[in-house]
Amino acid sequence: MTDERTDRPRPGTSPAEDDRHDRTDTGRAAVLGRIRAALGDVPADETPADVPVPRAYLRTTPPDDIVTLFAERVGDYRATVVRCAPEEVARTVAALLERRGVRRVVVPDGFPPEFLTRTDADLVRDAPPLTVRQLDAVDSTLTTVAVAIAETGTVVLDAGPGQGRRALTLVPDHHLCVVHPEQIVPDVPEALARLDPRRPLTLVSGPSATSDIELRRVEGVHGPRILDIVLVTSGTPARPETPETSETPETPETPDTPGART
Amino acid sequence: MSRGSGGGLDANDGRVWLGTPAFPEAARTALADTQLRHNLRHATTTIRAKRLDATGEVPHWEELREAGAAIKRRTARHLDHYLEQLERSVTEAGGTVHWAGDAAEANRIVARLVTATGAREVVKVKSMATQEIGLNEALGAAGITAYETDLAELIVQLGEDRPSHILVPAIHRNRAEIRDVFAARMGDWGRAAPQDLDDDPKALAEAARLHLREKFLTAEVAISGANFAAADTGTVAVVESEGNGRMCLTLPRTLITVMGIEKVVPRFADLEVFLQLLPRSSTGERMNPYTSLWTGVTPGDGPQDFHLVLLDNGRTDVLKDTVGRQTLACIRCSACLNVCPVYERTGGHAYGSVYPGPIGAVLTPQLVGVDKAPSLPFASTLCGACYDACPVKIDIPEVLVHLRARVVEADRDRRALPTPEALAMAAASAVLDSPTLLGIAQRAAAAGGRLTTRGGRIRRLPGPLRRWSATRDTPPPARETFRTWWRENRERR
Repeated sequence: MTDERTDRPRPGTSPAEDDRHDRTDTGRAAVLGRIRAALGDVPADETPADVPVPRAYLRTTPPDDIVTLFAERVGDYRATVVRCAPEEVARTVAALLERRGVRRVVVPDGFPPEFLTRTDADLVRDAPPLTVRQLDAVDSTLTTVAVAIAETGTVVLDAGPGQGRRALTLVPDHHLCVVHPEQIVPDVPEALARLDPRRPLTLVSGPSATSDIELRRVEGVHGPRILDIVLVTSGTPARPETPETSETPETPETPDTPGART
Repeated sequence: MSRGSGGGLDANDGRVWLGTPAFPEAARTALADTQLRHNLRHATTTIRAKRLDATGEVPHWEELREAGAAIKRRTARHLDHYLEQLERSVTEAGGTVHWAGDAAEANRIVARLVTATGAREVVKVKSMATQEIGLNEALGAAGITAYETDLAELIVQLGEDRPSHILVPAIHRNRAEIRDVFAARMGDWGRAAPQDLDDDPKALAEAARLHLREKFLTAEVAISGANFAAADTGTVAVVESEGNGRMCLTLPRTLITVMGIEKVVPRFADLEVFLQLLPRSSTGERMNPYTSLWTGVTPGDGPQDFHLVLLDNGRTDVLKDTVGRQTLACIRCSACLNVCPVYERTGGHAYGSVYPGPIGAVLTPQLVGVDKAPSLPFASTLCGACYDACPVKIDIPEVLVHLRARVVEADRDRRALPTPEALAMAAASAVLDSPTLLGIAQRAAAAGGRLTTRGGRIRRLPGPLRRWSATRDTPPPARETFRTWWRENRERR
């Protein structure tokens, strides 16, 4: 428990604390005692390592082109993927923001400033931290990612530079993230191996969705309803036709992705 | 069916709700509900097809299942070790760990933690563990209102209904029913539904978004379950789709997570197995839209006060049974429900528990004691589809048969006199032991069979067999026994 919360009354703190420790210790001893009694069949000298875990699943062959696979799989989730050359990122970001009608966009610390040179949208910083209400009043969030997973079409945010705290990619209705090919790994095991579990991690696979009503998928209930991904194509020359207004996604869009925002 | 029933949660020590009639009776009522059967058939066939596509895409799916089962086996056999390790990791990361022996203790801990913040309202992420302990009702008794924020749970809560499926709790409702619930009840809990609300799923989801938005933006305290928790790092995982989970896990100052003790896994890296198995098995997706992983508290990001409540509530009884122990491997994906011919026809309410379907038929009797749910191990055809579908290879049919034996033993121990079934079995054993008696019995059966057969089937048997035969058609005994036929056709040649 932190004690910074002096702005809020904490009724009965000290008696409750004493009480809590008493009861907690009782519960702890009781539960652990019951577990040990229940495991009477497990030899006393057995260690966890004595129970083998076959990891044959790790021997998978990564597909040849994980960047293309990532783009396809993200597209399956009704996110929009736009590939562009490194020098076209700023134009692509600007075009996407304009297309989504974004006027105010949150930009976390560490987001590459060179990606912001072409947009007219108001750039909002999260310093000092925005209140939830202020965040609710912006249209969009721009981020980088920590890792992306090709097989599942997932981007992973770890609150590192360019990603901001978790609320930034949650409250606004539009999330645009820039992914570099070297951030893409083939599968879930490789992704987890690259991540630091001490950071807050969010795995995002497409915009938020529900299937609770007759299993009909509806995009967006509480999280962002639109997810745009700018995939930086490394080592290829800029495509001169990289669009200003009619960017062509690598994967066909599903009909209700654009304009779903209300 | 239990629609609309408030239900007494403490009827069985608050362990698992078993408020309805026993399964056979509840199933009979459910079978007569054609709307329910229509909704369920549509839902289960849809998810079945999606799941097969998603699992078929992974070449090493069977190896993943093996690994998942093995990790869970390792965890269960050393559960005390891993829970103590988890407690250390979470504490070092700035969280507080609490241990709850039963539902009442867990509810007391949570109510006390909420009260200490001064909040009177909490937002909740869909969680089986908190349903199991009846947390919402307990908080209500302590003057705290709990708002369910998963769309399906919202439908259930507003409709004063019971969840009927692990993954999609309102699967028994169609869009017209949901529209009516929203229109009638949303105003009682917060922002009312729009006047002109229609039954388009998009419009219904939008109504839920608007209704809950205010709660998310103002909530001080959130309560969640946990899909997994890694002992080595103290990282807790919640898997979801709608973003309501992220809202609850991120915006409030205080987060309280209630987790069954079986949800711990040894290492953070083990999540690589379950994050592949769970989405594909449950919704048939390669990955669910959102997965949140957090370790204690992070200054400046998310809740600054994190409590993890470790819940036993009968799980150590399950652990004690060396056959039943494998049930604790369940990751609540609901694949077994969607392939079960019994679930597809009766729906989840008939099981009388927050855990319906095949996994409920084995888990519930073990959590509450077989004497309190004696019909559930029989709520199955033993077809084995659940075992094939289970991503962590729980041999549900094996556990069902094991529990049936325990029900029969418990029943026999309680009775002074043997049951008609036991008498019939004893008689059958005597007859089958003696060729002479068998011959007499077969001739008598052929004669008796002709008297009771109508249209090539025996529908009702006389006497003590009446009840048994009420739900079964019996083929008539052969007019001629095999032995007679053999004598006529083979020995005489």
